[in-house]
Amino acid sequence: MKSGKRQKQVASLVVNGTLLLLVLIWTVPTLGIFVSSFRNRNDISSSGWWKIFPYRDWLPVREIDTKAAGLDPNGVMEVEGTSGTFEEFRAGIETPDGKRLTWIGNKRLGKIEVQELVWTATWNFTMDNYEQVLGGQDFTFTKPDGSEYIVPGDNMTGAFLNSLSVAVPSTVIPILIAAFAAYAFAWMKFPGRREMFILIVALLVVPLQIALVPILRDYKALNLNGTFLAIWLAHTGFGLALATYLLYNYISSLPRDILESAFIDGASHFTVFTRLILPLSVPALASFAIFQFLWVWNDYLVALIFLGGNPEFELVTQRMAAIAGARGQDWHLLTAGAFVSMILPLLVFFSLQRYFVRGLLAGSVKG
Amino acid sequence: MTTLEIEQLESQSLGARIISFIGRVIVATGIPMIAFFVLYQGFLFLRDSHAPRGVITLVAIVWGVGGVAILYWVFNNIVEKLHGLWRARILPFVFVGPAIAILSWYLAIPTLRTFWISLFDRDGPPHGLNILQQLASDAFVGLDNYRAVFTQDLMLQAFRNNLMWIVIGSTASVIFGLLIAALADRSRFENTAKSLIFLPMAISFVGASIIWNFIYEYRPEGQPQIGLLNSIVVSLGGIPQTWPQWVAISPWNNLFLIVIVVWLQAGFSMVLFSGALKGIPEELLEASRIDGATEIQTFFLIMIPYIRGTIISVWTTIVIFTLKIFDVVWVMTGGQFGTHVIATQFYRQSFTNLNSGFGSAIAIVLLLAVFPVMIYNLRQFREQEAF
Repeated sequence: MKSGKRQKQVASLVVNGTLLLLVLIWTVPTLGIFVSSFRNRNDISSSGWWKIFPYRDWLPVREIDTKAAGLDPNGVMEVEGTSGTFEEFRAGIETPDGKRLTWIGNKRLGKIEVQELVWTATWNFTMDNYEQVLGGQDFTFTKPDGSEYIVPGDNMTGAFLNSLSVAVPSTVIPILIAAFAAYAFAWMKFPGRREMFILIVALLVVPLQIALVPILRDYKALNLNGTFLAIWLAHTGFGLALATYLLYNYISSLPRDILESAFIDGASHFTVFTRLILPLSVPALASFAIFQFLWVWNDYLVALIFLGGNPEFELVTQRMAAIAGARGQDWHLLTAGAFVSMILPLLVFFSLQRYFVRGLLAGSVKG
Repeated sequence: MTTLEIEQLESQSLGARIISFIGRVIVATGIPMIAFFVLYQGFLFLRDSHAPRGVITLVAIVWGVGGVAILYWVFNNIVEKLHGLWRARILPFVFVGPAIAILSWYLAIPTLRTFWISLFDRDGPPHGLNILQQLASDAFVGLDNYRAVFTQDLMLQAFRNNLMWIVIGSTASVIFGLLIAALADRSRFENTAKSLIFLPMAISFVGASIIWNFIYEYRPEGQPQIGLLNSIVVSLGGIPQTWPQWVAISPWNNLFLIVIVVWLQAGFSMVLFSGALKGIPEELLEASRIDGATEIQTFFLIMIPYIRGTIISVWTTIVIFTLKIFDVVWVMTGGQFGTHVIATQFYRQSFTNLNSGFGSAIAIVLLLAVFPVMIYNLRQFREQEAF
């Protein structure tokens, strides 16, 4: 029995250890940009973000004035019992008592630092990156050498509001339309019912690429291109098959007697739908809503095509892709911007994760 | 109509009935007209207005969401005014009509239209001609676009890369998802671990591209590396590489992109597998343990066969998904360094080269690729007797 207990402990250690490793691998990429988005511009480009964790580094304890000590950088110098050339001091000479002597600066005006190896961490956090990325105005930045230069603002706030204007209606409209259709499929009898539902099942996996060229032509003919209505309808069209299918599965499984008693009481279909079916279907509606919201918010292709021509309506994904393309080295902007674009989906995701998981288990396969 | 209303009607005089009839007609036509007018004003405001961004956002949300609700309400009201039998006949179409109309416009008919466009050269079928004239015109090229799709170098490269995406990407997503689900099932930290693995699902491809670009970031040798990958390479004594150098080793450079999608998708397969694993009856696992099977044997011989159906459906879903992969490749490389996939080629041909015939042929090939799944779905549906 004793060995059995030990075996169990070992097994639990292996399970939790492997799991921890996997979780770390999955979390570290996001953690990296999250941490970096709060570091100042120079820190990001001169040291890895993991320097916020304690690490050992040589830090100065005191300085030696080279002039006062009468040192000649052109020959061999002796400082506090250690001797070496300028190049050697420049690279740093370690003394036997665990200190390091390093020449800082140029030959003429330099000084020598006495350094010790200590635990340290770089903790200069700032909100500047967010201010710059969110603000529409230009941002003046002072370089370490005192010179100033101007970086244009990125107006992520505008893009954020645009994304909101696209994502909310693009989530609610398909749900409303799909719920009406699902109700009709589940509770009404009409000619063509089966054929229409077969159409919906067939369209579940049709790739949206198939529709982009013809729809763009229609939009140009209707002068709709680059408007919110255009992209709402597009997202509605591409999400509707799945929405109707999922909602039908849910609504058709609601108990029949509730509806029948409502009809006996003289309620119309519309009343039954709005007063009874919608409130009862909240779990299914919520799980599809989260799914669709994340999909629309994170979408890039559909926005690129139907809103691409209108820079005023740029969405967060387009804005981020534009910054990444034009200024791919500006990590202080990219990290902060990426986080701004992620914050809303992450909030939705964490607060409603239960519904989202339920939606996935109900078979969300997007075409 | 309730009995009370009917009694009231019967007790009214003829004149009152006529007035009430006119009143109804006005209501029935007036309400929709007012509704359409308000909706149209909203549309104009959104298209032409330069109001502050926040105001536009608010109007957009209210107009978009409210507009659809109003339309249903209006149509329902009109139909409710009709006589009993006609009401029962028309009402279902008020309910399903919009869904079927939108689906037809946005997916069903475009399938045919795209196929038609794919038979013509870069500008598509000429305008202002009927079908027969279009077929007789010079723009009609028959299956030439398809011949090009299957012979052009960049397209062949795209097919090869997409095959890598499908084979490696979806398999890795399934394996990691399964592994994590099985481990989490035995751990005390199940919920935390699952949430954290699941988290990338909420991140956009564009965001993920930035996250991983940061990991692949390069600084010249000797400077401190700020990208995790090069930092690890340097600490192991290697030489830091720039991103194009990482990606120069075609076709394996695709792996650097595939990793990103595995990172995003593993959470999806994990959730589904986790649900399936919890559905395995406890007695079955108990019996295998009593028979002396090790945990690993139980996993491979009992659990995996039991959830085979889930594995196949998750795998199919991710295959369909990776087949259409676009954003990651487009943002990370733009298809350079030999990383084109079918969807990026589609975008390039349709919207950069403006060769709509060729682009449409690529879209049809994508559709053909998902055809088996469509057939399977339809067959499954036919087997459901409930409908």
